[in-house]
Amino acid sequence: MESNFGGIVESKSKRIEESVAGNGLLHRRVFLTQAGSIFGVGTMGMLGSETTNAQNMQGRPAWMQSPGKGVGAYGTRARFEDHVQRTAGSAPGTTGAGASRTPLQHLEGIITPNSLHFERHHSGIPEIDPNEHRFLIHGLVDRPLIFDMDMLSRYPMISKIHFIECSGNSRVSGLIDEPVDQDCGVLHGLVSCSEWTGIPLSILLDEAGVDPSARWILAEGSDSAAMSRSVPMAKAMDDAIIAIYQNGERLRPDNGYPMRLFLPGFEGNTSVKWLRRIKVTAEPTMTKDETSKYTDLLDDGTSLMFTYPMAVKSVITSPSPGLDLNGAGIYEISGIAWSGGGHISKVEVSADGGLTWGEAALSEPVLDRSLTRFRMAWRWNGAPAVIMSRAIDNTGAIQPTRDSIIAEKGMKFAYHYNGIQSWAIDAEGRAVNTYV
Amino acid sequence: MYKQVLASLMVFYICIFQVFAQEGPNLGVEATVEEVEAWDISIGPDGVGLPEGSGTVLEGADIYAIKCLACHSEQGQGQINDRLAGGHGTLSGPAPIKTVGSYWPYATTVFDYIRRAMPYLQPQSLTNDEVYAVTAYILFLNGIVNEDQTMNSQTLPGIQMPNREGFRLAYP
Repeated sequence: MESNFGGIVESKSKRIEESVAGNGLLHRRVFLTQAGSIFGVGTMGMLGSETTNAQNMQGRPAWMQSPGKGVGAYGTRARFEDHVQRTAGSAPGTTGAGASRTPLQHLEGIITPNSLHFERHHSGIPEIDPNEHRFLIHGLVDRPLIFDMDMLSRYPMISKIHFIECSGNSRVSGLIDEPVDQDCGVLHGLVSCSEWTGIPLSILLDEAGVDPSARWILAEGSDSAAMSRSVPMAKAMDDAIIAIYQNGERLRPDNGYPMRLFLPGFEGNTSVKWLRRIKVTAEPTMTKDETSKYTDLLDDGTSLMFTYPMAVKSVITSPSPGLDLNGAGIYEISGIAWSGGGHISKVEVSADGGLTWGEAALSEPVLDRSLTRFRMAWRWNGAPAVIMSRAIDNTGAIQPTRDSIIAEKGMKFAYHYNGIQSWAIDAEGRAVNTYV
Repeated sequence: MYKQVLASLMVFYICIFQVFAQEGPNLGVEATVEEVEAWDISIGPDGVGLPEGSGTVLEGADIYAIKCLACHSEQGQGQINDRLAGGHGTLSGPAPIKTVGSYWPYATTVFDYIRRAMPYLQPQSLTNDEVYAVTAYILFLNGIVNEDQTMNSQTLPGIQMPNREGFRLAYP
C-alpha cells in the first residue's frame, strides 16, 4: 500500500514505529510517517446504512441532491451529536441542588462548549434580569460601592483561558473500595475549560479603597441559597476576575449570568456565580460551604479547611468506557491534564498498568491553569491492557497513585481527589474503570 | 517660596500618580448605610451581624415540625436530606456521620445558613426570631444547649461547638 503526500512517497514498509514504552506505546512520529488509510481503525466511528453507503459510493450522497437548510439566527449542533449530553443529578426532592457533568470522552481540544460545561448549583439557577442586577462591595473599604451591569461594561476587561473544577470531582474513586462502572464524564466531568472575559476584581476593590486590616473577602451569590464563600484578599487582588463572558458570549444562566467571580486554579465552589455582593473582612466568615462542606476530613477525624488550589491531575478521555477499540492496530490515546498550581509540563502514559511510561505530546496551547490536551500513539496488540496517565506541573507536583493518596489522607476526605485513573481494556476492545 | 514650589510639585506628582494608578472609570455609586444593612446578611464567627431578636428551643421545635421536618425528619435524623443531629464521636471512625452537632465548628454558621437558605422552597422567609428558635432547637437536638435556653445575638456566639478544634487551616 502506498500513498502520496506532497510528492513524498511513503510505503508501509518504511513506516517508523519507535517504541517509547511497553505494550505498544509509540513515538508520535508514527502519525507523521504513515498514511491515514493504513490505520484501518475506524476509531469509534459509526458506519451508515447500506443505502446511504451505496449512494455515497456513487458519489451522490442524499445531502448533495437538493439544497440544504437555510441560514439561521442561532446555531444548533448536528442532530447526530444529540447523544453528547451532560449527566445530571440532584439532591432528593430537588431539581437544582446538584450537578451535571461534562461528557469529557466526547470532546476534543481544551475548550468546553458552553452548553456542555459542568454545573454545580446549591438551589437552582436563578433567572436574573441584568437590568435589575446590582453588585455591592462593602465592609472594610473607604467607600461602599454599588455597580450595575452598564457601569461594569465600561471597565477594562481581560480574557483568560482557565479550567474550573469542582473539588468533589472524581471523589468516588477515593471513597469507594470497588471501581465504579461509569464513563469518563460521570467519573471526572466536574471539570471544564473556557475563555473567561471580565474585569480584574482588583480594579473594583481599589476603587472602593481596601482597608489595610482586610485579609479576606466574602463573595455571595444571588441564587436562592445566597451561596457564599470566603476568599483570601491576596487571591482577590492577584488574579480574580469578575467574569461576564464565557467563550465569547455572555455567561449562560447555569454559569452565573449576568456575572460571576472567577478564581483561577481554586476549587470551583469559590468562583461564586450570580455574584451580588463582596464584603471585605478581616477574618473568614466561616460560611456553611467552607465549614460543613468543602472541608477535607482526614483519617484521624480532623479536617483541613481552606484547601483552595486544585491539584495536578489528568485523565485519558479516549479510549475510555463507551469508546470501544475496533480491532488491533494503531490508535491515538488522547486525554486532558490540568493543575491549579500552574501549567502542565509533562504527561506520561502507560499501556502496561504502570510498569513503563512514555512521555506524551502536549498539544498547543499549553496554558497556565488551563486544560492541556495530551496525545500518545499506541499500537494495540488486541490483548487485554491497562492504560493510564499521570501529569506533572511546572512546580514539579506529580499526580499521585490512588494507593498513595489513600495512605496519606484515608478514604473519607471527599474533596480534591487527584489520583491516577486507569482504564482496563479487554480483548474485545472495551474499556472499564479499574484500580491498579 | 521653595517650600511652596516643592509642595505644588508634590501635589502635581500625586495627581500624576493617581492618574496612572487609575485603572477603572470610577463609576461605582456610593451605597448608603441603609442599603448596606439591607443587603448584608452574613454573620461572622464572632457574632458580628447577628440581628435583634431571640428564640427558644420549644419555639424552635414547633417551627421545625412545620418548616423543616419534611426534609430533615424527626429529631433532625435526616432523610430525605442532610442529617442535622447525632454522629458525635464518629469522625475518626470508618463511617463518619457529619451533622451540625458532630461536625460544624461555629454555631453562628447555623443561624447564617438557616436564614439565607432555608426552608429550601422558601429561603429568607423566616423571621429573625424564628431563625434563632430553629437554631436553638437544632443545637438542643445535639445536646449542645438545654431545653430552657434562649438564643440571641449575645448567647449564640458563646456556644462552643463540639468539633470546634477539629479543623486545621490549609490557608494561610
